[in-house]
Amino acid sequence: MKKVYVNEEWCLGCHLCEYYCAFANSGITDMVKALKDKKINPRIQIEEGGDVCFAVSCRHCEEPLCVKGCITGAITIVDGVVSVDREKCVSCYTCILSCPYGAVMPSDEGAIQKCELCVKNAGGEPNCVKGCPNKAIVFEERG
Amino acid sequence: MNYVIIGNSTAGIGTVEGIRKHDKSGEIIIISNEKHHTYSRPLISYLLYGKTTEEKMKYRKDSFYEDNNAKLVFGNVLSIDDKKKTVNLENGESISYDKLLVGAGSKPFVPPMQGLESVKNKFTFMSLDDAKALEAIITSETRVLIIGAGLIGLKAAEGLSKRVASITVVDMATRVLPSILDEEGSKIVEEHLVKSNIKCILGTTTKELFEEKAILSNGDEINFDVLIVAVGVRPNTELVKDIGGQVNRGIQINTKCETSINDIYSAGDCTESYDITTGENKILAILPNAYMQGEVAGINMAGGNKEYTNAIPMNAMSILGLHMITAGSYDGEQIITKAENAYKKLVVRDGLLVGYIMIGEVNRAGIYTSLIRDKVQLDSVDFEVLKNKPQLIAFSKQVRMQKLGGVKNDN
Repeated sequence: MKKVYVNEEWCLGCHLCEYYCAFANSGITDMVKALKDKKINPRIQIEEGGDVCFAVSCRHCEEPLCVKGCITGAITIVDGVVSVDREKCVSCYTCILSCPYGAVMPSDEGAIQKCELCVKNAGGEPNCVKGCPNKAIVFEERG
Repeated sequence: MNYVIIGNSTAGIGTVEGIRKHDKSGEIIIISNEKHHTYSRPLISYLLYGKTTEEKMKYRKDSFYEDNNAKLVFGNVLSIDDKKKTVNLENGESISYDKLLVGAGSKPFVPPMQGLESVKNKFTFMSLDDAKALEAIITSETRVLIIGAGLIGLKAAEGLSKRVASITVVDMATRVLPSILDEEGSKIVEEHLVKSNIKCILGTTTKELFEEKAILSNGDEINFDVLIVAVGVRPNTELVKDIGGQVNRGIQINTKCETSINDIYSAGDCTESYDITTGENKILAILPNAYMQGEVAGINMAGGNKEYTNAIPMNAMSILGLHMITAGSYDGEQIITKAENAYKKLVVRDGLLVGYIMIGEVNRAGIYTSLIRDKVQLDSVDFEVLKNKPQLIAFSKQVRMQKLGGVKNDN
């Protein structure tokens, strides 16, 4: 299945993926209205230090510890995509305790959030990948 | 193949999902002593708090049994006959199995207390029925006394906090949540409880109970309308013990979740797990553990081959807006960092991270959990960077390529 992969040597550390993610998940069609003067809380996040930088988002594991450990049954695998039912989630953060990538985080609306490959947004290609200027994140099949 | 599962909670559901990874057609019968669709037990406090509903707290969707071709039977299991390979129910029915899973869970432990029988409104806090019975009786005038300042007692306090007149928590331990926190952490949580108008009386026992009054060992008298006893739980081991299966405090299982009796597996709160951070067998009555044991048991019951080898104690807990995440054990070198609204302790032993406590700030805690579960040698990562916060940049480029770039680990 196609997933988001990281080519860290090509990452510029520009954080555009974070903005494209926040925009895609805002539900607002105008990018300026969605992002201007807002503190974004994106589901993909850049790590940087020294001369290294790269983006981290959900790996959509085949054996996801967040799904197995979810106390409510709110996190499930839907067609390979690790998905969150925000209505069921009670923000216990067992998924944050469990995820080895640190790719699940609290949302601003009182449930957890994570990358869902933009399947609940426009669909097709994840918006972070579309917005990356240097192909440092790609959406493709790998082994 | 015909599978029987005793218990309709996390371990039992994990078993169904494990079985169905390998066997799509074998008959599955789940026996439940609670007349409910499978529900998330830890959510009973959230139900009282109003953060979930009976509908939303279903652990799996309504079509779960149908989707998995599993039959749910309500009844109490009296005994297992491992010779005839049957499970005998209280109503006289007997159900045959080829492979059996005992996911019998645990029961509240109510210690002998003088005068307990004279208390009119007394509860334990383990089941949906407990929560509904409590809900039916409380009003905004109700004074609640909770005995036990552990996870169950404090979650009960949180659940009731907006709905009753007062809550007092009494524990013989000198601090709250002693099973998951260190002293500093307990202090932070206790201060938070007090700020939230939950009164804590610690290092104190209940000397005598009356219909609506408790006399404590420190001489205090507490008037109450509702008493909740939440001092601990005991694993339900009898079914396996009665037929000579190995039982210590919990049912003994191996890494394939097999008991000492042929074709009988066990998972969840009724079992003991091997804690890799201490090298000891202990009861790890936590939901993720129950699911993962159940899943492993199910896979093996259905002829697959899977082992569960990296169990650790771990808890994500929140109490009235204060989040904490803890894992592992705390014996070792302690690295403590404090910020205005955050407390963090990392514990290192023999070059490995063996435990941590994060209170207030818990982002990306799972990276620490993975260091413990995977027994990552700390000299293979930049531990100074990790001490600051959990982050993947602390790993070598090669490991990052495996984690994020889809590169396979050749080792």
